[in-house]
Amino acid sequence: MVISVAAGKGGTGKTLVAVNLAMSLHRAGVKTLLTDADVEEPNDHLFVNPAISSRENVTISIPRIDEDLCDRCGECSSFCAYGALATTPARVILFDELCHGCGGCTLVCPLDAISEEERVIGAIERGSSPEGMEFMQGILEIGEPKASPIIAAMKERLDPEAVNIVDCGPGTGCAAMTTVQGSDVCLMVTEPTPFGLHDLLMAVKMAEELDVPSLVVVNKDVPGDTEVKSFCAEHGLEIALSIPFSMETARLTSSGINLVDSGEEWQRFFYSLYERIAPLVSSGGA
Amino acid sequence: MKQLVVLSGKGGTGKTTVTASLAQLLKPVVVADCDVEAPNLHLLLSPSTDNSFMLKVSRKARIDPDLCTACGACEESCRFGAIVASDPYRVDAFRCEGCGVCGFVCPQNAVDFFETDGAEVSVGTTLYGPMVGAELAVGEEASGKVVTRVRMEAQLIAHEAGLPLIIVDGSPGTGCPVIASLSGADLTLIVTEPSLSGLHDLERILQVAEHFGIPTMVCINKCDIVPELAGRIRERCGELGIEVAAEVPFSAEVVEALRGGRPPLGNVSREIEEPLRQLAKAIEAHTAVATG
Repeated sequence: MVISVAAGKGGTGKTLVAVNLAMSLHRAGVKTLLTDADVEEPNDHLFVNPAISSRENVTISIPRIDEDLCDRCGECSSFCAYGALATTPARVILFDELCHGCGGCTLVCPLDAISEEERVIGAIERGSSPEGMEFMQGILEIGEPKASPIIAAMKERLDPEAVNIVDCGPGTGCAAMTTVQGSDVCLMVTEPTPFGLHDLLMAVKMAEELDVPSLVVVNKDVPGDTEVKSFCAEHGLEIALSIPFSMETARLTSSGINLVDSGEEWQRFFYSLYERIAPLVSSGGA
Repeated sequence: MKQLVVLSGKGGTGKTTVTASLAQLLKPVVVADCDVEAPNLHLLLSPSTDNSFMLKVSRKARIDPDLCTACGACEESCRFGAIVASDPYRVDAFRCEGCGVCGFVCPQNAVDFFETDGAEVSVGTTLYGPMVGAELAVGEEASGKVVTRVRMEAQLIAHEAGLPLIIVDGSPGTGCPVIASLSGADLTLIVTEPSLSGLHDLERILQVAEHFGIPTMVCINKCDIVPELAGRIRERCGELGIEVAAEVPFSAEVVEALRGGRPPLGNVSREIEEPLRQLAKAIEAHTAVATG
């Protein structure tokens, strides 16, 4: 089972929900793999304190042009859809960061002047928490734009035997879509502000487009009616969990303390979210 | 004309709130919402929409089922796992990056490409000057290209109107849209918060700004939530020689103003306004832009 945790807006509490949900499952004896796919700013490790046991680089193939063979015909740069190659009278210039590694230039070069080399764009680390919960995270190199190849590689490493909790980066673009695609259910973490609502709407549309059912978690919730509650009611979206706002929770979380570690009631609270999700997944849809 | 880019690494630290306040204090300015995957600035600045257009930035492959012989050449060559091996073959549009390799290798010429809706770009006017924003179309992935276009529109407007400053509200993270909003900027303002995540992400975004050689200053928002961590941020910035230009305390008034869709200034008390004014002054000094 794959449960992705997304939001659209940043800072709504994706990490809070992903980490506490995963830890509550592990403590209840459910085989769990927590995966931090927010590769631009991975934070789950701050709350899990994992011992990292392995690290592998993620690479993409970029062209290397043999200048002795190249006659600057320009076939490669006119084929490149990303503007990563420029043909000048003197040589062909590659802009590494723009290259998606599609291999098109190598294919179209009439002189076979292009070979490929691997360029490291990030890494995947694996390990486990002090209490034995499996953990995986991706890390994008500084200055590197493309998060998706790392996320795609992490998805291949999910554990089909486990409940996989996948913490997604903010946004609704490339990285978020790559993460959410193929999950059984997506938890949308939002907050009761116009910002939270606006971005929830974008994220829910994204999940619909990907054919992944959404459940909403309202963090920093306030009593009474909110626009988020009426929006969910109107659109038939279920609010699976509401985490009330309190300065105490904000301070604990800011200091890196997990809610499930601060009281037995939080353990039950987050496990109840799983109990809500599990039957939807096994029956094939929320 | 100078460009200030507001970033944070971690989401939810208060980029948009700070950007809106700076627009109020430094007016007239051009504001550009470059968080195109989750744009929120319009909710505080309530711009008119003077002009809007659909920007197309990506193309996707599609396979003509009548021509496809299911030979598998496209699947073999696609590096993105975007070809679904059915008979006839088809393209998974979410994985397709529009590179064109499948079209090149197809012996039947069964592949063609179509442009997708990228983003709705809108140009409008706020009380504090012109505003450019964009909202990514559902299913569009190339947010970096959209960001580049939003910044270009903002530059054109600033140039035409003779406005000295563009304030760019960036997106969280360190990847494609952040890099697109950062290149060629004159100054980066990083809005952080005293949490372990905030501190960790601050380190990474500072490295990104340094990587691109952009001068940087820091604003610690909600500075009183965990004072010890605010101290660590101050200390770290001191070590790196980065100015902490302002520290804004947490206030329920700010949350209330945001909930009501109002920009903070004029709706909050002095202890919130004062550091924001100090921040605006620091930016004026740094960019040598005299405004307001």
